[in-house]
Amino acid sequence: MFRAIISRIRQGHRTMPYPKAPLQMPDRFRGYPVVSTLAQSAEQHDETAECPYGAFTASGGGCLDMGKCLFCAECPAGDIQFTTDYQLAVTDRDHLLVRPGSEHHHARPLTPDLRRMFGRSLKFREVSAGGCNACEADTNVLSTIGWDLGRFGIQFVASPRHADGLWVTGPVTENMAQALLTTYEAIPAPKIVVACGACAINGGPYIDSPRVRNGADSLVPVDLYIPGCPPHPATILDGLLRILDKLR
Amino acid sequence: MTGSFRSIYNGSAILVADIPVVGSGQFLQDILDATDHGWRVSSYFGIPGDADIALYCVLANKAEGRLAVTRTASDGTTFPSIASLCPQLQLFEREIAEQCGLTFVDHPWFKPVRFHRSFRSGHDAWNRPEDKPLRVGVMNYFQVAGDEVHEVAVGPVHAGIIEPGHFRFQCHGEEVFHLEISLGYQHRGIEAGLVGGPHPRTLQQMETAAGDTTIGHGLAFCMVMESLTGVRVPPRAEVLRGIALELERLANHTGDLGAIAGDVGYLPTASFCGRIRGDFLNMTAVLCGSRFGRGLLTPGGTIFDLTPEHRDDLLKRLADARRDLTNAVDLLWSSPSVMGRLEGTGTVHQETALELGLVGPAARACGIKRDVRHDYPFGIYRMTHLPVATAFHGDVCSRTMIRWQEAQKSMDFIEEQLRQLPGGGHRTKAAPRTGLSLAVALTEGWRGEICHVAITDDKGSFVRYKVVDPSFHNWQGVAMALRGEQISDFPLCNKSFNLSYCGFDL
Ligand code: SF4
Repeated sequence: MFRAIISRIRQGHRTMPYPKAPLQMPDRFRGYPVVSTLAQSAEQHDETAECPYGAFTASGGGCLDMGKCLFCAECPAGDIQFTTDYQLAVTDRDHLLVRPGSEHHHARPLTPDLRRMFGRSLKFREVSAGGCNACEADTNVLSTIGWDLGRFGIQFVASPRHADGLWVTGPVTENMAQALLTTYEAIPAPKIVVACGACAINGGPYIDSPRVRNGADSLVPVDLYIPGCPPHPATILDGLLRILDKLR
Repeated sequence: MTGSFRSIYNGSAILVADIPVVGSGQFLQDILDATDHGWRVSSYFGIPGDADIALYCVLANKAEGRLAVTRTASDGTTFPSIASLCPQLQLFEREIAEQCGLTFVDHPWFKPVRFHRSFRSGHDAWNRPEDKPLRVGVMNYFQVAGDEVHEVAVGPVHAGIIEPGHFRFQCHGEEVFHLEISLGYQHRGIEAGLVGGPHPRTLQQMETAAGDTTIGHGLAFCMVMESLTGVRVPPRAEVLRGIALELERLANHTGDLGAIAGDVGYLPTASFCGRIRGDFLNMTAVLCGSRFGRGLLTPGGTIFDLTPEHRDDLLKRLADARRDLTNAVDLLWSSPSVMGRLEGTGTVHQETALELGLVGPAARACGIKRDVRHDYPFGIYRMTHLPVATAFHGDVCSRTMIRWQEAQKSMDFIEEQLRQLPGGGHRTKAAPRTGLSLAVALTEGWRGEICHVAITDDKGSFVRYKVVDPSFHNWQGVAMALRGEQISDFPLCNKSFNLSYCGFDL
């Protein structure tokens, strides 16, 4: 007992001050992309230098789809530079398209009536539908003392009946499609859906595999898209705080 | 060992033609003889041909530090099962049946593994109609009959943020007589997609085969590619890879130590470790920008180098994390209420572990000294030997203890390696792959032995690429650990293994 108390004092208070103070990202972190207008050099790339996931199209000055992009360490596709800006989550699927000079979109607050309902208590039921356990792990980490998701009134719950929203990770495998729908239906309306990670948005590394459905919005309507493979916990939290209008 | 085996070392390639083709009788007898003499099966798979199916078996012998391959051909309809004589094969045989549409005769437990169509259209080992959709999890479960015996079904969707799987318990009151685990929900078709590869997507698919083991699987894939191309990895890259592999182990072991504490209701260690796990993930992000090691590895070396500033940063973070982790974990051993819950719970006997061919911490907790880093060293582990930690009781306590011991050794290793980082480059250019070869790569992921095998055609493309995640060997261990236990101890027992669903389902 005393040892536990002494340990508690030694370990200290470790919840990070974010969002009051900014977060420090590792300098090699690959976040919001800058697509430059060097269209010519992009077109010089040969066939083999295409993005294997169809995330980058060179035509029209270049366009990167953050929903498909895995934020690779070496991008063979085009003139893309990844900044350390972790704020990537959006409400509309087409806001994930980044072009040279395009506006940096963020997730929009939920409608006022939804915010009235969920603003101080938002519960999610998570379903991994072919996820590799990285999105799951970095979602889970938000509930640890470092991030302490509970202080924003957000929590992951065991039963869909207790939930206000569905949290999807993974490309939606054939074998999980039914369970995902059943879980969605079990959540009382009104409800929201979050697609967390490249897989859940558009299939990720498994896009177009005959065993997957290329993401959650092939089955259920999605209200928040969180890009990344996997998204950094900060990216996830940014999206959540924005839909609750706790961050602007 | 008879002459029908072709020896091969970890991380090397041989010509397929050099592997003798034996008759099916001798093939099976040789496997039985070998497993009787201390060999274990690392991989067993089929390659569907036009008329027949080639069967390959990769065995490993710790005492000799080498692997061996044997092969045979089956007629494509039936093949004898030896699973009841050699239980470590039972799941492999079912997998081959499902993938190749081959019926294993006299298999004691002949059920689908992942619920997908076979690689050979028109051939199904269970004669399921082509025009009806396959329904995952629908099969004959083992049932116990009798007064007051009841069945509990859990999943695929579980209570926490965790991957899906289906568990069926046969219970008498609170006591579990039997647990059957049926998976396949996470099946993404990775192996089927690898035929004709490597493709531009292959590296990322290997990194996400089991996403909490990005380095373990990514490294095995890189080793396969390097052995097929004859590319030598620079020493600096070998060290960086080793550091990343041990950081992955540390993050996951720390998370498990916390989760085990949480499952017995001991919250101080649970919450401390939940945070410290993040410290190790962040150290991996210092290396390559990703907390899970995405983008660090490439065939021929590593994509990122380590600057002196990064190295100092890592050393400092490591010292802090070590202090915090030691403090958090020590609490467990000095809390009698925690030890009372861990000791004697979920025991797997050594004999069972050997028969099932368990790997990794689950095997070492049963006193089995089995570790790829030690037995078939690869990369940096050829130069630096990590002592293998073992425990004896095979219970939750042993599996917890093993994690802490391994975590300490990994921290020592990383610190030592960071201090003596060799100079030079960190990457060698790719070269063309050799054709008609078979390459094997084993790594020790944090859950245990990862085995990748590639067989190439005359142009160097994959005819077959087989991935075995440690969870493939170990799920049966969870089922055995539950026998005779209270059903309420399932979360604790399960957590003490913490196996991968997607790594199993691929
Ligand atoms: S970073 Fe990777 S996924 Fe994104 S555009 Fe480039 S190659 Fe495609």
